Amino acid sequence: MRSVIDVLDLSVEEIDELIETAEDIIADPDKYAHVCDRKKLATLFFEPSTRTRMSFEAAMYELGGHVISMSEANSSSAAKGESVADTVKTVSNYVDIIAMRHPKEGAALVAANNASIPVINAGDGGHCHPTQTLADLLTIHREKKHFDNLTIGFCGDLKFGRTVHSLCGAMARYPGSKFVLISPEELKLPSYVKRNVLDPAGIQYTQTTDLEDSMENLDILYMTRVQRERFFNEEDYLRLKDRYILTAEKMKKAPESMIVMHPLPRVNEISVAVDDDPRACYFKQVLNGKYMRMALIMKLLKEAGRL
Amino acid sequence: MNIDSIRNGIVIDHISAGKGMKLVSLLELDRDDVSVAIIKNVHSQKMGKKDIIKIDADIPVNLDVIGYVDPDATVNVIKDGVLVEKKTIERPKILTGVIRCKNPRCITTTEQELKHVFCLRDDGYRCMYCETKAE
Repeated sequence: MRSVIDVLDLSVEEIDELIETAEDIIADPDKYAHVCDRKKLATLFFEPSTRTRMSFEAAMYELGGHVISMSEANSSSAAKGESVADTVKTVSNYVDIIAMRHPKEGAALVAANNASIPVINAGDGGHCHPTQTLADLLTIHREKKHFDNLTIGFCGDLKFGRTVHSLCGAMARYPGSKFVLISPEELKLPSYVKRNVLDPAGIQYTQTTDLEDSMENLDILYMTRVQRERFFNEEDYLRLKDRYILTAEKMKKAPESMIVMHPLPRVNEISVAVDDDPRACYFKQVLNGKYMRMALIMKLLKEAGRL
Repeated sequence: MNIDSIRNGIVIDHISAGKGMKLVSLLELDRDDVSVAIIKNVHSQKMGKKDIIKIDADIPVNLDVIGYVDPDATVNVIKDGVLVEKKTIERPKILTGVIRCKNPRCITTTEQELKHVFCLRDDGYRCMYCETKAE
């Protein structure tokens, strides 16, 4: 049974195909309004989420399907100690496809190994978040019209930021990608990501702690939140959380063609004043995420013979 | 130092010096009720020093464990005092239930009876679930 745990589970050709479908949905949403009639999606969210869960649910509704939702672990059998494996084996009997978020890394793989229906990883701890990356890719495609020869600045928490790791992996597959890694020393991109993702692809990258000086050469600035939930030590979090704040003043130094992306939610790493800048694309990412999730749900249901 | 030859059993030879005890532990030979000789720092022309483990019983030995600890080790099966088989050792691509993931955020820390599985990557073994490198 085909599931998507990591964005790299999808080939470049499959991502192109998903983008093509998403563009077609955007152009003619009515064409897709009944594609998933009588099909059901379960959203199993073992940790809090607003946009990802609602995005999956909106995606399924817009395809004409139905949604059964578990929005917090406390209200489910997980609170009684039920394993992920048992939960998905049970839920597989009720629905056609599962989108699951879980705080533990690798939980989505356990789910996929035990479900009899497709599982989409909606985030497993600090590990992977493939549909966010699909949202990012559609945004880049819509704004830049191509994926080749782009210089992307990743800023903030590059250590625990799963969206950064996933997007690095996805963009490393396109020729001419260059990365500028902007973070405090404590939150640098893990060496295994460099060794396993950047180095084999021959990606040129630079590491710096300075945001402002890095901006002038960027095509894309990908901001991230320092995530409180990834720290064991509150002191470390408080010390690092306000290290990078993108303001309207700093945006004056950025090229006119540079776009600003952020997986959201933001705390204060992007000033609200930046929202009015036409280069701010983070709310477009949210919308693009829904379209890519629609495309992915259709693809996996078709492959599973359920459409 | 002389250790009597075994009649029926297994000799794990050419173990890099210092790895013998780890191998005994991971093979759980210290828990079995069999005679085991652990010979450390034996002179070797080829290796300088090596460790040898002699097991005086024909028990099943997990070759993946040996391949993980020391793929250059050799395994000889002895029957009636005669060498009857030399087993080939390779680094296993998948290592199941041998070592544990130390990442407190990994699903293996909470999921009931989930086996710890490691995959061989370019830089060593990594947890199949969270990609944390084996220590």
